[in-house]
Amino acid sequence: MSDTLLSARNLTVRFGGVLAVNDVSFDVQRGEVFTLIGPNGAGKTTVFNLISRIYTPTSGSIAFEGQPLGDVAPHRIAALGVARTFQNIELFEHATVLHNLLIGRHIHRRSGIWSEIVFAPSVRRAERETRRKVEEVIEFLDLQHYRDTMVAGLPYGVRKVVELARALATEPKLLLLDEPSSGLNVEETGDMAFWIQDIRDDLGITVLMVEHDMSLVSKVSDRVLAMNQGEMLALGTPAEVQAHQGVIEAYLGTADDSTSLRRAAP
Amino acid sequence: MRFVFKTGYDQDIDVAKHGGQRFWYSALLLGLVIAPWTLPDYWLAQLTFVLIYGIVGLGLMLLAGFTGLFSIGHAAFLGVGAYTQAVLASMGWAFPFSLAAAAALSALVGAIVGLPALRVKGIYLGIATLAFGFIVEEVLARWESVTGGNSGMMVASIDIFGWRADTSESFYFVCLVCAVLCTLIVLNLLRSPTGRAFVAIRDSEISAQSMGIHLARYKTMSFMISAALAGVGGALYAHQIRFLSPEQFGIIQSIDLLLMVVIGGLGSIHGAFLGAAFLITMPQFIALGKDLLPPAIGQAAGLQGVVYGVVLIAFVLFEPLGLYGRWLKIRTWFQLFPFYRRGLFKRQKAFQKSDRLK
Repeated sequence: MSDTLLSARNLTVRFGGVLAVNDVSFDVQRGEVFTLIGPNGAGKTTVFNLISRIYTPTSGSIAFEGQPLGDVAPHRIAALGVARTFQNIELFEHATVLHNLLIGRHIHRRSGIWSEIVFAPSVRRAERETRRKVEEVIEFLDLQHYRDTMVAGLPYGVRKVVELARALATEPKLLLLDEPSSGLNVEETGDMAFWIQDIRDDLGITVLMVEHDMSLVSKVSDRVLAMNQGEMLALGTPAEVQAHQGVIEAYLGTADDSTSLRRAAP
Repeated sequence: MRFVFKTGYDQDIDVAKHGGQRFWYSALLLGLVIAPWTLPDYWLAQLTFVLIYGIVGLGLMLLAGFTGLFSIGHAAFLGVGAYTQAVLASMGWAFPFSLAAAAALSALVGAIVGLPALRVKGIYLGIATLAFGFIVEEVLARWESVTGGNSGMMVASIDIFGWRADTSESFYFVCLVCAVLCTLIVLNLLRSPTGRAFVAIRDSEISAQSMGIHLARYKTMSFMISAALAGVGGALYAHQIRFLSPEQFGIIQSIDLLLMVVIGGLGSIHGAFLGAAFLITMPQFIALGKDLLPPAIGQAAGLQGVVYGVVLIAFVLFEPLGLYGRWLKIRTWFQLFPFYRRGLFKRQKAFQKSDRLK
């Protein structure tokens, strides 16, 4: 089973004079972990924001399951089956973990405002069902201990997991993870790697992620796309991309660069 | 210390989380029901005011405390509700219909005011609602054929299909029923998807949107519900005051309402009523304290404003969670005695937030 879930064609984004993303095309296959890597400012998060329709591309197009996303409103993206996490955690701070995950079920709501005002039996049934689904995610990610804790009081590592849980609660087809391991220690990064593999293998959710930690990237990714200054550098398996000459130069610079860094003699 | 052992999801969904809450809220309700026979007339009138302001506070709490949208013109909705009620009552409408009309008209006006809220936020939304408040006050003053202008207008007593609530006791019960129903409506909304969407918008618009929440729709909805509750409060206010004039719904009233929810405690239903109780009883305490102060201070004209200002500053500095937050701390102190620690309620330092979409 190897059909295309998400396809990006010739994406270009300009912010004034800055070319943030330049002619980027890639296909994400159903059931794979696809990773975007690249130095800071390479345009990875911009690509994410294009997919979740926070930005609109200057030119080019994105299609999800064959449906072009160009005219889809930002809040409709989740209903199509795309969930995301953010680089600098965007949780609902003054709510409990449980509450955060319940909000994640918003696209599955079935009750209308009038039945909610009187809290009709149908609303209660829907709420029970919502709770049950959320409990599955809590169990999957081992969050039982934090269920009723306010997010504002949680340590950073747990917040990362809660954000992942909230994205999973939407029951997505495609999960966008923006730097899932940033700010995590070695052990937490290891857990994250297992979870990403489980999300792909057990839940069958396709993962598109931005990541800097190369050990995590090579452990979980099926394919990797390397970007630099808005352009595509290399696309292939983690090993192929890591060996690519252009990628090495983008991260480490060339021999010429290092000579120019040397200070001129006084 | 109470530990609630949960055995079913319904325990999280129910309004009362455990038997203790059920007991105490029933006791509170019982106390309120027998109040006309136990309280002197003066304090019954004050309690009626607390209930009315509590309803308005619920609305503003939903908007400011749960959706994160601040309105500095909320008295305008109060005014729309009050005048609608007064006009319809004089035309002989039965109270339930005129009350529904007052709420509906306020909600409609709220939807219109909600429009700028889709584009501006924070202090700019405050300015927009402030301007709206002035517009409504001016309309009430100038539309003399309907409102009676600055000379004001009398309000007939409540008529519910022939039954007239013209004593202070019967009117108190009308207010009590309205307050209980409004509280239940807000509680129901907050425990269902709509209320959760409001909280999501308050805490992070960008991730609310990525969770599939239509920001414009829910912000407008929040404004409408909030305005409708203010309209209900306004309708009752009209009957309680019995004489309406435009300056009752000016900037001072709006600030009083905002003061009420901030001092009560933003983001809590209790806060709306605690704030209302504070707002209503404070002038009495100031009047009592006046005699103890030297005449130069005690008889000064702006004493009430100064005291309000100082109290507000003190709350923002020392108790941002308001009266309800203070109550929570006191309760926890007793529950944990003698193990309460000073830092128990200290806010953790917030982590860096993304500035996208701001």
